[in-house]
Amino acid sequence: MPYIPHSDADRKAMLEAIGVSSLEDLFADVPERARFPGLQLPPALSEIGARWELESLAEANLTTGEGSCFLGAGVYRHFVPAVVDAVISRGEFYTAYTPYQPEVSQGTLQSIFEYQTMICELTGMDVSNASHYDGATSTAEAVITAINVHRMRRKKVVMSRFVHPQYRDVVRTYTQGLDLTIVADEDESTEIEDLLDEDTACLIVQYPDFLGRFEDLTALGEAARAVGALLIVVADPIALGLLKPPAAFGADIVTGEGQGLGLGLNYGGPYLGFFAARSKHVRKIAGRLVGQTVDTDGERGFVLTLATREQHIRRERATSNICTNQGLMALAAAVYMAALGKCGMRQVAETCYHKAHYAADQIDALDGFTVLRDKPFFKEFAVRCPRPVAEINDELLRRWAIIGGYDLGRDYPDLEDHMLLCVTEMNPRQEIDLLVKSLKEVTS
Amino acid sequence: MKLDPEARYTESHEWGRMEGDEVVCGVTDHAQETLSDVVYVELPMVGDVFDAGEPYGIVESVKAASDLYTPVAGEVTGVNEELETAPEMVNQDPYGDGWTIRLDPTDPDELDDLMTADEYEAFVEEEEG
Repeated sequence: MPYIPHSDADRKAMLEAIGVSSLEDLFADVPERARFPGLQLPPALSEIGARWELESLAEANLTTGEGSCFLGAGVYRHFVPAVVDAVISRGEFYTAYTPYQPEVSQGTLQSIFEYQTMICELTGMDVSNASHYDGATSTAEAVITAINVHRMRRKKVVMSRFVHPQYRDVVRTYTQGLDLTIVADEDESTEIEDLLDEDTACLIVQYPDFLGRFEDLTALGEAARAVGALLIVVADPIALGLLKPPAAFGADIVTGEGQGLGLGLNYGGPYLGFFAARSKHVRKIAGRLVGQTVDTDGERGFVLTLATREQHIRRERATSNICTNQGLMALAAAVYMAALGKCGMRQVAETCYHKAHYAADQIDALDGFTVLRDKPFFKEFAVRCPRPVAEINDELLRRWAIIGGYDLGRDYPDLEDHMLLCVTEMNPRQEIDLLVKSLKEVTS
Repeated sequence: MKLDPEARYTESHEWGRMEGDEVVCGVTDHAQETLSDVVYVELPMVGDVFDAGEPYGIVESVKAASDLYTPVAGEVTGVNEELETAPEMVNQDPYGDGWTIRLDPTDPDELDDLMTADEYEAFVEEEEG
């Protein structure tokens, strides 16, 4: 569809219709001095000049394609097969918004159905919604779901301190009007089991946790169930290619960041929050479910199986008013999972695991560096460093074009001088060896 | 329109019926017919206390979602858990298996203030116009 701007006659007619004489009248509420601030722009450039200017600015950046990257902490550099962009760039998907009569768009519904099915297979859950903005918001929605499952009668949320620090912030922001008490994450001294009680709506843990560690959550799941609290597991979907699915630990809701599933780093967004639950909670979850059915002729078709009616006609009663999903990103994740298949997902996870352990062994052997090994880890691990993390990272970047690890001291005072390193299938062995060599040099 | 002569009726199309010391509640045959196929019923928990005319649950059909209101004040002593998996019982047997909750009434006489079956029938006819 061509873009045709309004003609002068169109504008005049519209202004007349609303009873103002000029466009400026529409801005009468904006103080005059703020209406056209002086921008002090340089003289205009020709197109070619502008291109050179922008290219020189872009060249000042170091991209992950040029240097090597060992930063994770919630967003991960995984390989994006070309088929992902090829499919999501198709006009039918790229520009389409879920129509208000969704069944008109069978292709969109089918892609959501396939996404939901694969998320269920990965997490072991019964139902998955069509996605949220990111891992943090899907986790916050899980808390709201748990509160509603308990019909607002339980107001306590036990949240592990090794849930991503930013997710914990978002949970607090999202739930600030609900009068909840969120415990455990700012308290290092008390065991999580001891905080579970009859007033606890849910227990949230991350798997692998923010430090990359994973463990059998069966006991925690049982402890939560014993007091009637829901178990919410924030999971890395890439790790689930290898690790036991959270369903095996009795998880009620599994959420997480789907960015690793074929989305790329995308400069921090758009990302993808996945959300899957047991079917008994289906009436309380946010978003929609797409299902497969047959039409009157017996042909396969896709429908919105569940869209909580409250979201349309009784909004004040809805457990969530989130109706938006990350449709294009969910499609990318679906294409990624379908392209890799069960074996491919496992291969990616195993490669990450082995590379991360190779890196950890080499770094652990360096003077002054100690890898935290209290629990098994997946693709990230915490390392105690002999110098402040920020200083090490500066040197790595400047001298070897290496993007170093996350400074854990920013969120955990007891982990000052600890770096969280991430190794994926995108880090060839030479990069890991260079990192080890560089770490040795910056600290000797 | 089916009616239960033993029950008393509200203007919001619920019924209440004394059984022993308890008041059994539900929606009327007229209500289920108007709603058409019921697909979901959300009920309170045992021990919840309600005033008369207070919303205690939701009945959702393929056509609409409506609040359920208590006919009398009281404490919930039982909920029909069968409705969780078989909400269609509200359509099939609104005065029997399709009951919603049982209440321990604060004042059993409160039920007498509600419409009788005959009065309710007239009320529906008038409402239908």
